[in-house]
Amino acid sequence: MQKPKNIIQKVWEQHVVYQEAGKPDLLYIDLHLVHEVTSPQAFEGLRMNGRKVRRPDLTYATMDHNVSTRDRNEIKDPISKKQIDTLKENCQEFGVELSDRQHPDNGIVHVIGPELGLTQPGKTIVCGDSHTSTHGAFGALAFGIGTSEVEHVLATQTLWQAPPKTMNVKVNGKLGTGVTAKDLILAIIGKFGVQFGTGYVMEYTGEAIRSLSMEERMTVCNMSIEAGARAGLISPDDTTFEYLKGRRHVPKGEAFEEAVAKWRALATDEGAVYDAVVEIEASEVEPQVTWGTNPGMCIPITAAVPNPDHEEKANKKDEISRALQYMGLEAGQPISSVEIDHVFIGSCTNSRLSDLRKAADVVRGHKVNPNVKAIVVPGSFSVKMAAEKEGIDQIFKEAGFEWREAGCSMCLAMNDDIVPPGGRCASTSNRNFEGRQGNGSRTHLVSPEMAAAAAVAGRFVDVRQFTAQGVL
Amino acid sequence: MEPLRIHTGVVCPLNRSNVDTDQIIPKQFLKRIERSGFGQFLFYHWRFDDDGNLRKDFSMNLPKYQGASILVTGENFGCGSSREHAPWAIQDFGFRVIIAQSYADIFKNNCVKNGILTIQASEEQVQSIMQNAETEGYTLTVNLEEQVVFDNQGLEIKFDIAPYPKEMLLNGWDEIGVTLNYEDKISQYEVAHK
Repeated sequence: MQKPKNIIQKVWEQHVVYQEAGKPDLLYIDLHLVHEVTSPQAFEGLRMNGRKVRRPDLTYATMDHNVSTRDRNEIKDPISKKQIDTLKENCQEFGVELSDRQHPDNGIVHVIGPELGLTQPGKTIVCGDSHTSTHGAFGALAFGIGTSEVEHVLATQTLWQAPPKTMNVKVNGKLGTGVTAKDLILAIIGKFGVQFGTGYVMEYTGEAIRSLSMEERMTVCNMSIEAGARAGLISPDDTTFEYLKGRRHVPKGEAFEEAVAKWRALATDEGAVYDAVVEIEASEVEPQVTWGTNPGMCIPITAAVPNPDHEEKANKKDEISRALQYMGLEAGQPISSVEIDHVFIGSCTNSRLSDLRKAADVVRGHKVNPNVKAIVVPGSFSVKMAAEKEGIDQIFKEAGFEWREAGCSMCLAMNDDIVPPGGRCASTSNRNFEGRQGNGSRTHLVSPEMAAAAAVAGRFVDVRQFTAQGVL
Repeated sequence: MEPLRIHTGVVCPLNRSNVDTDQIIPKQFLKRIERSGFGQFLFYHWRFDDDGNLRKDFSMNLPKYQGASILVTGENFGCGSSREHAPWAIQDFGFRVIIAQSYADIFKNNCVKNGILTIQASEEQVQSIMQNAETEGYTLTVNLEEQVVFDNQGLEIKFDIAPYPKEMLLNGWDEIGVTLNYEDKISQYEVAHK
């Protein structure tokens, strides 16, 4: 009998083009997603060396980082405009399919890949973007790469990669009511730190993971990189196949049944081993809020901001003090006492239809606090259309949210959606680094439900105690 | 890419952990479509205040570290975004070698592609280099072939590096050129996996 394998090992082995002692493996790439920020220098490199895109049919481009969420046709910043135009020219010159700003398939690269059925179990997927880990939710080996690697994949459809160590991130039990996939991944990073995944590819397993929807699984895998892991996977199951069935690039009819049989066989074998295992109890996870300047600096909504004096190591003390100073918080302050002035619901972590539905459920019948500017940015044109069909846009607009066009938007503020210096934002995005949402901005990462409740209350509140009448 | 065999340079300390690529090169500078000219924006909001004046308390701005080419720092350097603009900025600013307790995976890969050597050292080693670097003009020499870092006061640190990145750095190879030598293997794979 063959030795049991985990899904990471199986997908890897299926993609090795060439192996030699003393070298990384030459790995074949099944899908290369491209966006405007990390690709211009790669296309320029091809041009300078007289090289072509080897497999335009395995390459798909979109524009998302620089696009305006106010008007799809306008970009005020001429440098942003140039980057957008350059992508269009490059895609034309090299024969790459592109969903540009006005295209009905346009949206955030990690939202549209799954939507269009380009993302499938067992594929190797790369993109010049660290949140490519999102696609791991389908049992794909998906990871972010730099621009030199983008150029390498364009030219050769391969990458030299050393086989990663594998880690089982096991989530036992069930998540409590009002506790989301976002809270789970924040709690995992909070517990094990922002670099426990470095050098590993992670597989999320356990009862709590199995019961997540595909969109929730994407939220979890999306933030694998925030734990240091380039990729995070979930073995495919019926939930995966159900989501994929009927999507544009997914095989149809009999071919679909054959694909499902192949995909099912990718799931981790009983008794497979990993290089490392960590475990967390889902029932112990509470709604999370980050207080500091990296995603590991997070606490339950019921807790208080840490005190640097309780730390023994000098560099740890310094790190906490510096984060508190940047964030304008007092040591020991309850996180629920922190008032906010901005709310951002969007990003490749939390901008899918189910995210917007859940946030809208919290908002329904309430008004946004007068001190808060709140925006909702759907992940794609298609999410926006679907939400509008259900009247979700109306719920947000009636409450006082701005309802925007799709894009990366205020997650990293490369367009004109910026949190001003000193502004404090409850954000459903993935990074609370200094200046991430605008120079001097202060970001608190939360779930869509927690962001919605914060928009109404004007401060962080426990969404489990937030009812139709407001905070209990 | 310029080969790197032996490098001697002034050491600049950056005594922080979890330095993310958003700090190394803030997003407003990612809109350029060129590969060059990012050095001026390196650590922009740490080097400059809101009025564009140099912050006098930031190590990289101190007179004694001007012209430094070896950066020494803490844990998990280069975490976050995959932006290769980060190593482009580091290199364009004049750094050729980084010594840190640990690195984020994507950042480390991106460095090799740009001829920047990333050396992993223990917390004690990093702290002792940082202490030495208090002295003006403190220099280190890195011998990549021998995998050793040393100064002229007896400090000597052996470091590990995988054979492939070592070879890439020593020879300054264009990786795509190398890979295209395996074109037949790639074609065979494509035929077999149609």
